[in-house]
Amino acid sequence: MSPRKIVVLGYGMAGARLADEIRRRDPDGTGIALTVIGAEPHHAYNRVLLSAVIGGTMQPDLVRLHDPGWADEHHVDLRTGVAATDIDRDRRVVTLDDGSEVDYDALVIALGSKPWLPPVEDLTGEDGLPAPGVVTFRTLEDCERILAVAKAGAPVAVLGGGLLGLEAARGLAGNGNLVTVVHPAGHVMERQLDPGAGRVLARILGTHGIDFRLNASAARYLPGGGLKLDDGSKVAADLVVVSAGVRAETELARRAGLTVDRGIVVDDTLRTSDGRISAIGDCAQHPDAVSGLVEPAWQQAAILADLLTGTRVSARYKGTRVVTKLKARGVDLTALGDPHTDVHDPDAEVLSLTDPTGGRYTKLVIREDRVTGAILLGAPDAAATITQLYDRGLPVPADRLAVLLGRALPSGVPAAAGPADLPASAVVCRCNSVTKGRLVEAFRAGATEVAELASATRATTGCGSCRDTVSGIADWLATTS
Amino acid sequence: MTLTADQQVATATHCPYCALQCGMTVSGTTIAPREFPTNGGGLCQKGWTSGALLTSPARLATPLVRVDGELVPASWDDALDLVARRLTEIQARHGKDAAAMFGGGGLTNEKSYLLGKFARVALGTSQVDYNGRFCMSSAAAAGNKAFGLDRGLPFPLTDLAGADAVLLVGANPAETMPPFMQHLRPVSEVGGLVVVDPRRTPTAEQGNLHLAPAPGTDLALALGILHAVVADGYLESSYLDERTRGFEAVWRIVARWWPERVERVTGVPAADQRRVAERLAKARNAYILTARGAEQHASGSDTVSAWINLALALGLPGRAGSGYGCLTGQGNGQGGREHGQKADQLPGYRKIDDPAAREYVAKVWGVPASSLPGPGRSAYELLDALGTETGPKALMVFGSNVVVSAPRSAHVAERLSALDFLVVADLVLSETAALADVVLPVTQWAEESGTMTNLEGRILLRQRAIDPPAGVRTDLQVLNGLASRLGQPAHRFPVDAEAVFTELREASRGGLADYSGITYDRLRAGEALYWPVPREDHDGTPRVFLDRFAHPDGLARFVPVDHRGPAEPTDDEFPLQLTTGRVLQHYQSGAQTRLVAELNEAVPEAYVEVHPDTAARFGVSEGDWANLRSRRGEMTARVRCVPSMRTDLVFLPFHFAGAQRANLLTNPALDPTSRMPEFKVCAVALEAA
Repeated sequence: MSPRKIVVLGYGMAGARLADEIRRRDPDGTGIALTVIGAEPHHAYNRVLLSAVIGGTMQPDLVRLHDPGWADEHHVDLRTGVAATDIDRDRRVVTLDDGSEVDYDALVIALGSKPWLPPVEDLTGEDGLPAPGVVTFRTLEDCERILAVAKAGAPVAVLGGGLLGLEAARGLAGNGNLVTVVHPAGHVMERQLDPGAGRVLARILGTHGIDFRLNASAARYLPGGGLKLDDGSKVAADLVVVSAGVRAETELARRAGLTVDRGIVVDDTLRTSDGRISAIGDCAQHPDAVSGLVEPAWQQAAILADLLTGTRVSARYKGTRVVTKLKARGVDLTALGDPHTDVHDPDAEVLSLTDPTGGRYTKLVIREDRVTGAILLGAPDAAATITQLYDRGLPVPADRLAVLLGRALPSGVPAAAGPADLPASAVVCRCNSVTKGRLVEAFRAGATEVAELASATRATTGCGSCRDTVSGIADWLATTS
Repeated sequence: MTLTADQQVATATHCPYCALQCGMTVSGTTIAPREFPTNGGGLCQKGWTSGALLTSPARLATPLVRVDGELVPASWDDALDLVARRLTEIQARHGKDAAAMFGGGGLTNEKSYLLGKFARVALGTSQVDYNGRFCMSSAAAAGNKAFGLDRGLPFPLTDLAGADAVLLVGANPAETMPPFMQHLRPVSEVGGLVVVDPRRTPTAEQGNLHLAPAPGTDLALALGILHAVVADGYLESSYLDERTRGFEAVWRIVARWWPERVERVTGVPAADQRRVAERLAKARNAYILTARGAEQHASGSDTVSAWINLALALGLPGRAGSGYGCLTGQGNGQGGREHGQKADQLPGYRKIDDPAAREYVAKVWGVPASSLPGPGRSAYELLDALGTETGPKALMVFGSNVVVSAPRSAHVAERLSALDFLVVADLVLSETAALADVVLPVTQWAEESGTMTNLEGRILLRQRAIDPPAGVRTDLQVLNGLASRLGQPAHRFPVDAEAVFTELREASRGGLADYSGITYDRLRAGEALYWPVPREDHDGTPRVFLDRFAHPDGLARFVPVDHRGPAEPTDDEFPLQLTTGRVLQHYQSGAQTRLVAELNEAVPEAYVEVHPDTAARFGVSEGDWANLRSRRGEMTARVRCVPSMRTDLVFLPFHFAGAQRANLLTNPALDPTSRMPEFKVCAVALEAA
């Protein structure tokens, strides 16, 4: 029996992951002949790490997802630098821009998304591509272009104060650029944050040298000069980095007659309106998936691999719990679920703490004892705990404040409890189960020095970490008896 | 027992319990701590009270033989004759592999060696393994893969004090080997002690930073920290080039585990992962140490490989003052895995399927190489096969209490009762001995001589300090007596420990764990000998990898590993995760420590640690008895509410017997390489008893 022919269009985060997942289930290619088509000329790379590349800590060659020998090793017909131009669903053939054709038994579209360029005068050339001095923040080439222009000390404007825009801004500021973020909404990351959190975040980023122009839209790009805003003011910039959102790559699917809305519409089996064609990642539109994040794409890749290889035909994609984390040095921000609930909402339990000076803002939304939304800024350990409660659907511990504050919670035990305050039953020497009471007894029986207490009770003779406490007890007894 | 005058002279020896092998003196039955590098003159409560066992009324003093269902006293000759006759009959009917042996990591090197030899030569069976499979086997497998050699700590313990950062993974030495903590104090004083443990243990309390990953996610945590090392520019590139191979394949996996993604899986903040990466990278000297928490998983050897990968990326192993190490648990856990009581090994840490190794060892033993059996079943697989159609019909157990210490212990007890014949050699009537057809009372540490190899790979001589009670024999005498009855020449199984050691030296010569240059005289003279010691004029090897690693090309290997998670996920019926571990007052199955009144008063019964909210949720409260159930069984324990516990986790110590056995619940899912069972995480339900 000849293997089933599966063609994957797109060799990015989703397509590369799908290929890995298929080969994990069918390592020798006996069940599936796999072809992967990638438009970019090089091997797949990890887009999540691009902000580290911008920040200068990660060498570009480290973000590759696959080694050069990967395709041969894993029996994958990998074609890079070519793009699909047409899908003939009747003949089950994909046409590529080099004129060749590839036929399939099953086709997967994993073409991702493309950056959206806002309607700003002169921002694009006549070809619709970014003008010189304007760069989107999407590909490895974009990063190389940004790093080539944005030398230390150079002013840079970032158009868009969403997650990616802020990550780029932080990376550039870290490299010594004078960064201004231009954002049309009243606060940054408004999709994930409420206004209070947005304000504290902008303040923290401000301490890292980033300026903000909020409630402002760019009106015109001034080549070599920067941006002119809609209020007439100007933002000087040698480089404009556009991070104003993305649009699903749906052109090919639309032309092939597949059902397309914001993205290519898929069901829980990740199939499109054509049962032989699936779509995953940013180009797909599932009712319970959020685009622009890698986690849903990777979950979808695993499920689709189960289905395509027949490993688990009951596998279904039921959506992803969204947890957003800003990857920006010196800033700890986690947003999850739906945090846009007023603290006085009668149907929810909402806790919040605002500490702009300390760079902290935390908000926790609880319904029926479960976390349904949270914003955690400057509270990394609370964020990690709350994310676990959210992901695992666990009840929120009764001590809500302890959950919200994490390590910031003052310990219930007074730090400077002296020997007098310790209860007699308190174990002083763990290694030998010696209580304070036993030490007091021994002291009264004549063991007044630490060494004598040690031989009488064995306290301090294990790991020795209680020596100071024992000595303190001896001193206290000496002064009180 | 009466003591003669010369027995009141203090004998310098070592503690009978863990791998720290604290120096102590025994005078009669009085114990006193002794200055020794590993313990610095300290002893924990177990060590202080170890003399109590020497006079315990529970001590066996005569062989027992089961007659009409009851164990009744018998003479040594009758007992040994019976054992030899039954083994012969069973092997004649079912084949050589119908007889099996099970050893322990607390046995001396001499016993471990002779036990393996007895199995292969006197019984001709491949079915021999030991309880170390449940302890250090994952670290051993990972160490062998990475370095080509497995010595728990490839450096003296005292080196740790010179480090400015130590990462302890799944280790709780403040309870398991308390005097060890002295070596970490200088590290915590400079803020460099990081403890990885799902629970806030006494060790975690003493750390400067505590990372608490969800159980079964330690491997992901290692990937996240390694990712941070690379992303933040701390990779030791020149060390990678000069001393290692295989980083690229590891990075392709690690690249997918950026700290934020790892946070989501582990619950450890990305910021903490970065802090640890920075702390380790900026330290002048740093160590990464793993223990059972990392190792006792169905992915245990991969988990250890992940931590070793991190150590290699930071350039730690093979550098004086830095490194990676495994904290061996059992008293002779190190030596126990070197001398041939493992299913796949011959003495000198040789592989039993290596033709040259077989040839060499067979020559030392004076038998044809073709007569040596091949590899046998690993510990749990061996226990699981007992009394089955294809499995062993007879078993001899030395120095192990498998009914308490093996996973899925109700099933293990069932397998033992399906045997035609069970022999147990022990000092007391352990829970396993109570099931035996023949029980052989044997000597314990202070009553016999022998060598132990401590957690550093240093060989120690424990000299006989007192006379054993009348009626007990040493394990060596037992093996000798049985071998003679099975037709072996008596000289092939010496009863004198030093004579056995002399033979062991020869058998280990040229192997990885080469003891050939070690003599009792050198040990008596107080020489600090760390293996390998290939010649009598060789000073030993305190630090193993300074010049090269033990692979033929001298390079260490990165091993590509990925996160898999616990073998048994929680569900509606079993909604909590269980992790198991130890308490300070007890050792292993508790067969010894539960008999010491002072220890037993301190911790008399099984308890379950649970978050107060979780206790309330499942209707139990502090001090109540609770039932815990898993797919494999149920047990009872007293509830202790601990606010620092995760709300989805409960903890049980595993030292207790009967219905209080934690291992009635544990999952025997095995690591594919080390065959280590998944002791550290399984799914359970909690309810009021």
